[in-house]
Amino acid sequence: MSTQPLRDLLERAFPDATELDVIDRTGGGDHFQVVVTSPSLAGLSLVEQHRRVYEVLSAPLADGTIHELRIKTKGAA
Amino acid sequence: MSYSDRIKEVIDGSDVTIFMKGTPAFVMCGNSDRALQALRRAGAPVTAVDVLPDPAIRQELSAISGWPTIPQVFVKGELVGGADIVEELEASGELEETLREKLGEDYSASRDEHTVALA
Repeated sequence: MSTQPLRDLLERAFPDATELDVIDRTGGGDHFQVVVTSPSLAGLSLVEQHRRVYEVLSAPLADGTIHELRIKTKGAA
Repeated sequence: MSYSDRIKEVIDGSDVTIFMKGTPAFVMCGNSDRALQALRRAGAPVTAVDVLPDPAIRQELSAISGWPTIPQVFVKGELVGGADIVEELEASGELEETLREKLGEDYSASRDEHTVALA
């Protein structure tokens, strides 16, 4: 699938994100790199930050739409 | 058969545990390899568990850790993260810092790598 549905999910979950990007790493529509920088992630450990992203993308992760996911998060604005 | 007790035993009983696809000698996934290489660069003593022999291992592991993907790296029973986090922490030096804190200054002297089979 395209990156747009994932981007929509993330934008809804992180409306205050100062950086938000979804990259199709292989062009195959199932290996994605997600970048989120949001003040709402501030103060959370990296494990907790990545957990937030996994929760937001739980549906496409569970149904196999996302075969592989790389995550880069930052808490600061 | 349930793996949960064995999984907890390994996580709690090992300095550094990596649940991975394949073994250190024969890695079956790029992300497992990324995490393993980062641990090696940090000089971590690694206990590796292959999740591929039985899908139930991965299911029960994720139920315990609340982490959906493989690999998963634990230090002294605590989830450190997957490949992205471990690489990021290694690059910033925080991984070595954590290892020193939790395992002692000379943690890499006891550096060894072994594999535990759950299935």
